[in-house]
Amino acid sequence: MTPVLAPAPTGSAWGGVFAQFLMLSLLSIGGAISTAPEMHRYLVDQHHWLSSEQFSAMVAIAQAAPGPNLLFVAVLGWGIGGFFGMCVTMLGILLPSTTLTLAAARWGEARRTTRGVQSFVMGLAPLTVGLVLSTGFILGKPAYGDPWLLATMIATVIICVRTKISPLWLIAAGGLVGAFLG
Amino acid sequence: MSTPETTPEPAKMPAPDEVPSITSAASTADAASPHTILDDDSPRSPASPAEIFRVFNRLALQGFGGVLPIAQRELVDRERWLTREQFLELLAVAQVLPGPNVVNLSLMFGDRAFGWRGGLAALGGMILAPLGVVLVLTVAYTRYAQYPTVAGALRGMGAVAAGLIFATGVKLLPALRKNVLGPMPAFAFVAVMFLCIALLSLPLIWMLGGLGALAFAMAWRRLKP
Repeated sequence: MTPVLAPAPTGSAWGGVFAQFLMLSLLSIGGAISTAPEMHRYLVDQHHWLSSEQFSAMVAIAQAAPGPNLLFVAVLGWGIGGFFGMCVTMLGILLPSTTLTLAAARWGEARRTTRGVQSFVMGLAPLTVGLVLSTGFILGKPAYGDPWLLATMIATVIICVRTKISPLWLIAAGGLVGAFLG
Repeated sequence: MSTPETTPEPAKMPAPDEVPSITSAASTADAASPHTILDDDSPRSPASPAEIFRVFNRLALQGFGGVLPIAQRELVDRERWLTREQFLELLAVAQVLPGPNVVNLSLMFGDRAFGWRGGLAALGGMILAPLGVVLVLTVAYTRYAQYPTVAGALRGMGAVAAGLIFATGVKLLPALRKNVLGPMPAFAFVAVMFLCIALLSLPLIWMLGGLGALAFAMAWRRLKP
């Protein structure tokens, strides 16, 4: 069940992690969760600091808890290096985007109707949607080998699209299905 | 500015607890844009950074599986710090900028009200307490992950979390019909993006640099005045 994982990053590897999250912050148009595929590629596929299962579980913890989805970044950081790891990933993901937001908000607000900003918004919209769908697909990977989990995921999509039921109930139901059937 | 649904007051009557910096910040922006955030349309204003912190903390702790719906309810309906239109405008800008939408929204709201102190208060309120909760859950997870039931429950919750995110994407699809690119090209961009990221695991930066530039160019051409 648990594939062999690389030891936690040390020294200069932390610099790499920090740089990676700084870059992801600037790419996180449409929300932090839209960079989850890239984090998965970096942390799981490339460096093997986390297994795919751990990655999905960590995102699930952050989704189940109250607060912005962004907090999954804190959990991932904690997972690869405890409190220090959490500070590295959270500072990395927050510093560039908050700085840019403070600087650019008024600029963009004043030019919201200009052709350049409109083209940017309109052009990026379908890419953002594709990215959100990809994120759901990649996070679902551990479920694809298990018919119960796969059914749970598909049912979640249908229920969530068709009804306004609180996600909390779905997550609780998923926990029960996973505990006793998955 | 646009449509005063309120009675035509001798306008610009600051509430007693209103801080002058808000109105002055709004009026400087007024010159450039017809719509401003935190202008006089909003019925009430936050009294202090501490109040911003308190309200954002409260709404973040209610937001299971996403804060955005709660943020709208609290800021628009309950506190009446923003009108519905102002909220949408803030959100639109928040979505264009990189970074988590809700975090950007908080930051901009706080910054407009009290400068960087307000921004920091909103950000802190949004993040600090939920961070504590999530860390407790993480520690519990790492301690109990070896129990099959706990690991199974997390797998089940993971499947739901993945489904929730996928569903968010599905719910965004109809909005693309109004995209200036036209529905067919827009859906094609969605499909190519999904293929390259989800199935081929290509790095995101390639996609934004390549496909993003193409989409921008197409939108730019179609928006020709």
